[in-house]
This record gives sequence, structure tokens and C-alpha cells, in this order.
Amino acid sequence: MAKGMFSYSIGKKLIMGLTGMFLILFLIVHCGINSLIFLNDGGETFNRAAEFMSHNWLMRTLEVGLFLGFILHIIQSLILTLENKKARKIGYAVSNANANSKWYSRSMGLLGTLILIFLILHLRHFWVVSRFTDHISSGEETLYDEMKEVFANPIVVIIYVLAQISLAYHLMHGFQSAFQTLGLNHKKYTPIIKKIGTIYAIIIPLLFALMPIVMYLGIVK
Amino acid sequence: MKITLKVWRQKNKQDAGHFETYQLDNVSPDMSFLEMFDVLNEKLISEGKEPVAFDHDCREGICGMCSMYINGRPHGPLRGVTTCQLHMRSFKDGDTIVVEPWRSTAFPVIKDLTVDRSAFDRIIQAGGYISVNTGSARDANNILVPKENADKAFLAAACIGCGACVAACKNASAMLFVAAKVSQFALLPQGQIERKQRVLNMVKKMDEEGFGNCTNTGACEAECPKGISLENIARMNREYICAALTSEK
Ligand code: HEM
Ligand code: SF4
Ligand code: FES
Repeated sequence: MAKGMFSYSIGKKLIMGLTGMFLILFLIVHCGINSLIFLNDGGETFNRAAEFMSHNWLMRTLEVGLFLGFILHIIQSLILTLENKKARKIGYAVSNANANSKWYSRSMGLLGTLILIFLILHLRHFWVVSRFTDHISSGEETLYDEMKEVFANPIVVIIYVLAQISLAYHLMHGFQSAFQTLGLNHKKYTPIIKKIGTIYAIIIPLLFALMPIVMYLGIVK
Repeated sequence: MKITLKVWRQKNKQDAGHFETYQLDNVSPDMSFLEMFDVLNEKLISEGKEPVAFDHDCREGICGMCSMYINGRPHGPLRGVTTCQLHMRSFKDGDTIVVEPWRSTAFPVIKDLTVDRSAFDRIIQAGGYISVNTGSARDANNILVPKENADKAFLAAACIGCGACVAACKNASAMLFVAAKVSQFALLPQGQIERKQRVLNMVKKMDEEGFGNCTNTGACEAECPKGISLENIARMNREYICAALTSEK
């Protein structure tokens, strides 16, 4: 391996792309399991799946990987964003960037920061409660009960929905961008990747956003 | 046509710079953008004022010297066109046009609208060459090249090094320029000898010169007067990742 590969721009971007793709895969699993609440069976299937995930050594190991993935993604994005600011110290008086690029592709740092703020709140709501208190392990409460409790608060519901909008735009650009960063560009496949990316960026955040909404409205009991 | 120009004026690298407003009353729609600047400069000279410094050479879209950021876009409102090939018919009578230099830490302003783009030359020096034997001329078709590769290399080689990609990019990244140069060699048999070292060296130099990191916004491709494709950036990423991972140095 070339010395200092990860201190040069393309090496740093490689980390961004790989961690981004890893997070994309994680979201599929996360969204898949959580969507079990739509079965509207009082959370039975969902609780069983959550139980399985939390008592599985493979999942526990992947969880460590997930934290590392997030941390790398966030630190690297911070470094890249600061370097990019330095690359143009004096800006333009007039800039018509909408003529050449999408606003969300230029706002990845902002969208990511909004996701990060949500993430801290989200971990506090569920991860901390299930891992560091005995509410759930004691059988006093299920994760499903916890969800209902959290989503009884309309402000929380609104924050969750807004965060999903940020995620949708982050991925609208990020999904296909990660492929480009890894050099995976192809005359036939790239248009397909872009379509899948758009579908992914709509479906996953939409399902996530529906969860607090249906729980708040009592559609899912 | 009547045109109001707001032009960036800056005495030298150290000067903070400011905008000056100029009024031109007799602009022909058939003038090129640079000819309009010639008219402005004639006027300034006759008034005993300092003319606006701007870069230009061929005035036919092939040298890459002209560089103006016009109403928020490099090379102005048209796609696939350099500033010298832009005509005043692309504007309306009574328009106000704001003209700024390329803005990038790696391209410091020398004076007014001229910037120092020698960072590009140093990137080329770092790897934009091939090894050939000198001596008598070779047979033209001695080395076989697949037609698709020849076409792609040719399209990449169309880059004129104007720097509009850097100017357009929100990160002032030079990836499109460097990718075009890396691609034109990587695609051809003649470029294979230095293939790995070339991409490593050119990317290293690009970073050292202070260009930003690509975030794939695609602004470069949209503003490139020569239509250099983002496909080249993906190719360079591929070239770099393979070269860096397999390098023994
Ligand atoms: C579940 C959450 C997240 C997912 C699935 C995700 C996914 C992605 C993907 C796929 C990319 C494109 C990578 C590339 O172009 O190579 C990306 C880029 C980026 N992400 Fe995230 N990300 C997430 C959270 C975050 C957070 C929390 C932050 C910041 C605090 C962040 C900041 C960025 C930035 C600045 C970029 C660079 C923009 C670019 O290169 O296009 N992301 N993300
Ligand atoms: S890639 Fe296009 S915009 Fe960039 S220097 Fe070459 S010709 Fe100019
Ligand atoms: S002056 Fe040569 S390209 Fe414009």
C-alpha cells in the first residue's frame, strides 16, 4: 500500500464512501426490522426480532462496527469539509450554483449534521434505555412499549420526521456519490445505480418517518 | 446594447480588491465577451485610467487562457463555451453583468481578473508525461489501440486546462482536470509505463497545491467548456485506489 494513502484526498474520500455504504446497508436491516410494527400485532413480532438482534453475538459485534463506521464517517466528513472551506478562502460575490448542481449535493455537511443531532437524540431514546437501564431486560417493558411512550410526544414526532427528510436528501446524493467515489462508474450500470439510489432515498426515510406518525396517531396500537 | 459592468479590480496579490462599476452604451450583440472588454479598456485608457487586466490568448476556445466568472458562473451562462466564445447576444439590453476572477486558494489573483494557474502546470509536471524513445519516426499504427479507448482518451485530452472546473466547484477541487489528464494516458498503451506512479504523484501534487476534495456535485462537468465527463473522475478514483493499494513503496 502506498504510504499515507488515507491522508490524500482520494484515500479520505474512500473512507467516506465505504462507511457511507456500510451505513446504507445498516439502514436496510434497521428499517426492515422496525417495519414489523406495521403488522399491527401489538408489537409481538417486532419485540421478538428485537430480542433476537440484541442476544446475538454477530449483531453485537456488528454494533461495534456500526459505531466505528459512524464515527469514521463523521470525523472524516469534518476533516474534508474544513479542508474544502480552506480551498476557497475568498468566495464569490455572485454565485449561481443552482445552474450547475443540486442544492442537496452541496449541503451534505449540513444535512449530515442534522442527522447527527437526531442520532444523539435517537440513541438517548432507545439505545441508552435498552442497554443501560433495566426497563427492558427486567421484562417490565418491551422496546415496543418504549416506542409508544417516546412517540406520544408530538414534538419528538416532528423532530423524527424532519430528520428523515434530511436523511432522504443526504442519501439522494450520497447513494450514487459513494459508487462514484469508489470508482464504480459504468455506462450501463450507473444509470441503474442512480435509480436505485433515488428509490432507496425515498423508501427508507419514508418508512422511518411513518413509524412515529402511525404510533402517535394510534393507527398502530 | 447598454450594459452595466461590475468588475473586480485588484492591484496585485496583496491588495484587498473591490468592485468597480462601468457603463458601456454602444455594445454590439455580435461582439464577443472579450471584445466588449477590449472596448471597455480602450475607453479606460482614453480616460487615463488603468485598463482591466484579463487573461486571453487564442480567442477561439482552444487555449484555455480566458477565465471570467460571469454572473455567478465560470465562462458565463452558456454550456460548453469559453469566455472568448461567449457573445453579447447571450445578454439583454440594459443587463448588469458581474465579472469576478476564479476563486480558489490554489489560484491566487495576480491582478484584476487574472489568476495564477501555474498549480495546474506543477500537477502536469508531477506525472502528465509518457516515456518514448527518441530517434526516427515510427509507423503510425504500430501499437494497436481499441477504438473505444482511443475515443475516450481523445475526449479526455480535449481538456484545455482553463480551470473552470475548479472555479465552479464548491470545494475548489481540481479533480476533473486531473482526472482528464490521468485518463488520457491510462486509456492508451503508451501511458502504461508510468500508469501507477502517475496517478499517485498527480493526486499528491493536487492536494499539496491546496485544491479541495471532490464531493461529486457535478458542477465541474456542467461548467466545463470541453464537456469533460465525470466518468473520468471515477476512472481516476479507480486508478488511484488500485495503484495505492498495490504500491510497494
Ligand atoms: C445513517 C446515517 C448516514 C448515512 C447512511 C450516510 C451516508 C452517506 C453516503 C452514502 C455518503 C456518500 C459518500 C461518498 O460520496 O463517497 C455520505 C457522504 C457524506 N456524509 Fe453521510 N451518512 C450518514 C450520516 C452522516 C452524518 C451523521 C454526517 C455528519 C455529521 C454525515 C456527513 C457526510 C458528509 C459531509 C459527506 C460528504 C459529502 C460527499 O462526499 O458527497 N453523514 N454519507
Ligand atoms: S476539465 Fe474542463 S473545466 Fe476543467 S480545466 Fe479542463 S477544460 Fe477546463
Ligand atoms: S482565449 Fe483561448 S480559450 Fe478563450
